[in-house]
Amino acid sequence: MRYGYFPGCSLKGTGRAYEESLLPVMQHLGVEMVELDDWSCCGATAYMAVDEGKACALAARNLALAEQGGFAQVMAPCSACYLVLNKTQHFMQDYPAMRRLVDKALGSVGLKVSNDTPVRHPLDILLNDVGLDAVKQKVTRPLKGLKVAPYYGCQIVRPYSTFDDQADPVSMDQLLQALGAEVIDWPLKTKCCGGSLTGTLPEAGLRLSYILLKEAKKRGADLIATVCPLCQFNLDGYHDKIEAKWEPVRVPTVYFSQLMGLAFGMPANRLGLQRGFIPMPSLPRAEAVAA
Amino acid sequence: MTREWKPRLVAFFCNWCTYTAADLAGVSRLKYAPNVRVIRLMCSGRIDPQFILEALAKGADGVLIGGCHPNDCHYVEGNYKMLRRFQLLKRMLQDMGIEEQRVRLEWISAAEGDKVRKVVNEMTEALQALGPLGLPGRFEEWDREVEHLAATVQEKEAAGCACGAPAEPRDTEVAHV
Amino acid sequence: MAMEKQNQEPRIGFYVCHCGTNIAGMVDCAEVAHHVGTLPNVVMSKDYKYMCSDPGQELIQKDIAAHGLNRVVVASCSPLLHEHTFRGAVEKGGLNPFFFHMVNIREHDSWVHTDRQEATEKAKALAQAAIGRVAHHKALETKRVDINPTTLVVGAGIAGIHTAMTIANAGKQVVLVEREPTIGGHMAKFDKTFPTLDCAACILTPKMSAAGAHENIRLLSYSEVTKVDGFVGNYKVTIKRKPRYIDEEACIGCQDCIPACVFKTPKFADEFNEGLGKRRPVYIPFPQATPQIVAIDPNVCLNFKKGENGDRVVSDKCKKTCVEACGDKDAIDFTQTERFEEIEVGAIVVATGFQTYDATRSPSYGYGRYDNVYTALEIERLVNASGPTGGHVVMRDGKSEPKSVGIIHCVGSRDKKTNAWCSRVCCMYSMKLAHLLKEHTNAEIYNFYIDVRTPGKGYEEFYGKLLEEGVHFIRGRVGEVTDWAMTPEEEGKLVIRVEDTLAGMVRRIPVDMVVLATGLEPQKDAQDVRRLFNMSCGSEGFFLERHPKLAPVNTFSDGIYIAGACQGPKDIPDTVAQAGAAAAEVLALIDKGYVEQEPNTAFILEDECSGCKSCIPLCPYTAILFDEKTDKAWINEALCKGCGTCVGSCPSGSIVQNLFEDQEIFSEIEGVLAYD
Repeated sequence: MRYGYFPGCSLKGTGRAYEESLLPVMQHLGVEMVELDDWSCCGATAYMAVDEGKACALAARNLALAEQGGFAQVMAPCSACYLVLNKTQHFMQDYPAMRRLVDKALGSVGLKVSNDTPVRHPLDILLNDVGLDAVKQKVTRPLKGLKVAPYYGCQIVRPYSTFDDQADPVSMDQLLQALGAEVIDWPLKTKCCGGSLTGTLPEAGLRLSYILLKEAKKRGADLIATVCPLCQFNLDGYHDKIEAKWEPVRVPTVYFSQLMGLAFGMPANRLGLQRGFIPMPSLPRAEAVAA
Repeated sequence: MTREWKPRLVAFFCNWCTYTAADLAGVSRLKYAPNVRVIRLMCSGRIDPQFILEALAKGADGVLIGGCHPNDCHYVEGNYKMLRRFQLLKRMLQDMGIEEQRVRLEWISAAEGDKVRKVVNEMTEALQALGPLGLPGRFEEWDREVEHLAATVQEKEAAGCACGAPAEPRDTEVAHV
Repeated sequence: MAMEKQNQEPRIGFYVCHCGTNIAGMVDCAEVAHHVGTLPNVVMSKDYKYMCSDPGQELIQKDIAAHGLNRVVVASCSPLLHEHTFRGAVEKGGLNPFFFHMVNIREHDSWVHTDRQEATEKAKALAQAAIGRVAHHKALETKRVDINPTTLVVGAGIAGIHTAMTIANAGKQVVLVEREPTIGGHMAKFDKTFPTLDCAACILTPKMSAAGAHENIRLLSYSEVTKVDGFVGNYKVTIKRKPRYIDEEACIGCQDCIPACVFKTPKFADEFNEGLGKRRPVYIPFPQATPQIVAIDPNVCLNFKKGENGDRVVSDKCKKTCVEACGDKDAIDFTQTERFEEIEVGAIVVATGFQTYDATRSPSYGYGRYDNVYTALEIERLVNASGPTGGHVVMRDGKSEPKSVGIIHCVGSRDKKTNAWCSRVCCMYSMKLAHLLKEHTNAEIYNFYIDVRTPGKGYEEFYGKLLEEGVHFIRGRVGEVTDWAMTPEEEGKLVIRVEDTLAGMVRRIPVDMVVLATGLEPQKDAQDVRRLFNMSCGSEGFFLERHPKLAPVNTFSDGIYIAGACQGPKDIPDTVAQAGAAAAEVLALIDKGYVEQEPNTAFILEDECSGCKSCIPLCPYTAILFDEKTDKAWINEALCKGCGTCVGSCPSGSIVQNLFEDQEIFSEIEGVLAYD
């Protein structure tokens, strides 16, 4: 299992804990992640909204690099990267004009894209390539008694929903259960976290973050598990403002990969868990399972 | 008057599935390329490979065969019989230098009017890209060559020379018109 | 007389039909007629507005006499539509009807092309092909095949029951097959019917028992068709009789065995009540079930317990109390196994109905996650006086009545992600349920709709009545049903989130109960059933009728008809009308007593047959035999169905198919390739 790894900006910046945990966890499972050489911005949602053509060309450059590097598949852990790369492929396939534009842009720097390299999300890879049985075998410290609210955010299931249901995704639920955690059933799995509104229109954005945190707390979640750097940032980073405006809703938000690392017996500080603003609850002293 | 060349596509459709699908395409007012001419048979199993060869020889640029999906044949298994013949015919066409895309077999059920549209359009496009097959013209050319050869031999025999004298320049001109 | 003209020089008459503007709008008919007029053997060539009309047909007859025509070609619509009509006209004109050929320039030309010149060229080529072909036509005689007057009706919902009753009332024998233990289908589960609100059971159950008791109907419940052979008039059908572990002859329907079962309280999900009620292993689906015969469910009856190795071990907890209660009637038979029975029928009506959309496929509506989200069919049982709660509308906790109910329309319907079609009945049944729920509980009722569709007698008026009753209608497709409360009023409720497209705002409406108006879709095994009866399915999976307007109950297989919702979503009045139509088609077939078979059979030219036998294994009907004396093959014409597979594969070209002779097809190939 070898994948071209496209980190995107978040996993090197605000979401570095995601990368810090994903790399050792995947390695532990025998998944090889090779960072693409000279990768650039994915185009992200913001650029898409300004100029679709240029954004697509930018994203397609990374796909072309993956092809050049000989990767059959690309892994994009960040939700925005995952969406934009997939969207670019759809656009190139559906709109010949877009295809021509991208070809021309890439051609000017000597690159070519055949557009048949699947862009995969780590959850998809874990469930469908690695398999939950293989994950279970690596669990040495089951997350028994830990109540987790799985939070998928909007971008990995909408609009394409390639590996999970659009309205009711379950892949992370299954993964967390495989780790031994107790999964909270809640209806806000794919509701908006506030997105970039927390920065541009805080009164609207923060309210959306607050709703999620409040509902998770109300349903007894010890923590929220997410797949998206922006969601993690929004749900973890604004508790002071949320408390000032509404009430304390102190539920930590971590990456699913961090929980995997814990369940695999890796130390918390090697998984970037020290970076969160809201401290992790102490894990129940689980009976050690012989590895 | 010479007209612009357009692909000529002959289709053999079975009565129960594909012909009905083409009727459905009509009732649904789907639009497709006018190059196709459909010949109705009761079953794709009736299609003699000779029909396909005859169509190509008489000037078709491509032949489309439409039958019921596997398991759906009105006569139990006529479509399988056609498939077997088709596999053999394909090898033969290959040996004859006729491009694979010129003869196509498709399973099209009575409900798949849109598939008729799609397949006819695809095939028309493919034939357009391949260009004319032009077998009748080639046959004429070969006939002329043979006639000329016969005439030359006769001429030489009449002149009392049975051994092949070197050909005169005029001959090659005629043979390669 | 017809035979005499066979050997004369062909004198062909050609007619091109305008079909109003259907053809003439895209094809230059005069130009086609002119072109054909220049072809060899063509004596006269005309274009005419409507060839299928009486004057059009008379035109052919007059010309045959006036011009001494001995061949006729008509270029108009599909031969599947009017070949029969024109053959009749030719025959009336004094010619053998097979001296005719039809050219399809409507479905295959004018309707599918956009360039008038191209379409005209194509029409000319197709016509030229027919002219070349028809010259080779021969006089043929149709063969008559007797019709077995017994009819098989498959599926005994309201469609099958009505079809069977109509045919039986005409004095004909019917075999009615139903796969469930009782007949009645979906309608038996309904409480009231829209828009009249008469009780479904009151109008259906008398029909059920009449069908069960009819002297001309043989009812085979708990049975399935597994094999169909033969052709119109003479079908051989194999029927699987599933074991109900009851001797149907001996059971008198006293039902003494049911309370005698060792399970003192009913414990197993009751299918008839959509799982809302419970039944015992020995049960009768509902009080008016027909036939009045119990059934034993081997999946839960202790007598059928399986041991670890899969073998049957009779649990010592089973005291066979049912057998005891049955007494000397001795109707219970635990040793029954499935039996197969072969019957012979002349016609078959398939009325296998529909299934409702599985609401768990739309997870955002919460069915299966939230207790108080119901399907409409569950509500039918809940409001029914003979239902699991005796008609008291209580929620799954078994005690509380809903004070507010949201009914979501179009669940699984009108959505490309699920089923693209409108299920036709959901608007009306949703309103019916709204009325009944209001009547039972006086709750506030909200209907969430995309469009309210009420095309039917008294339907729009029913909608008006509901509005007057104070039922709320909110136009908007529901986004989700959730237990996520944002305000104290929403706590403990189901919140329906919807964009109210008339008010122009997103609303959250808290309710106690949600009803999903699930759509109608083809039965799970529709594809298998279709193959069994040699029918087709439309792209959505419902059985395909021969013609959407002119042959709505016929299929492409002669003698096989369809009725009811297996053909497409339908309400009860439409279903019954269609069932009557199917019965009329069957009766027309039976009363005639015979069918004329298309004489497209194959025969062998004895002089040319080399006796290689390669044709023999190809025939799916074993119609080809080998004569050891002459060392040649011969075809039993009575068994030949006219597929032509043997013809296409005879190495010596010594098999000929009537109507599809090699020479005819070669002429057609030459003709279609004739360009200016």
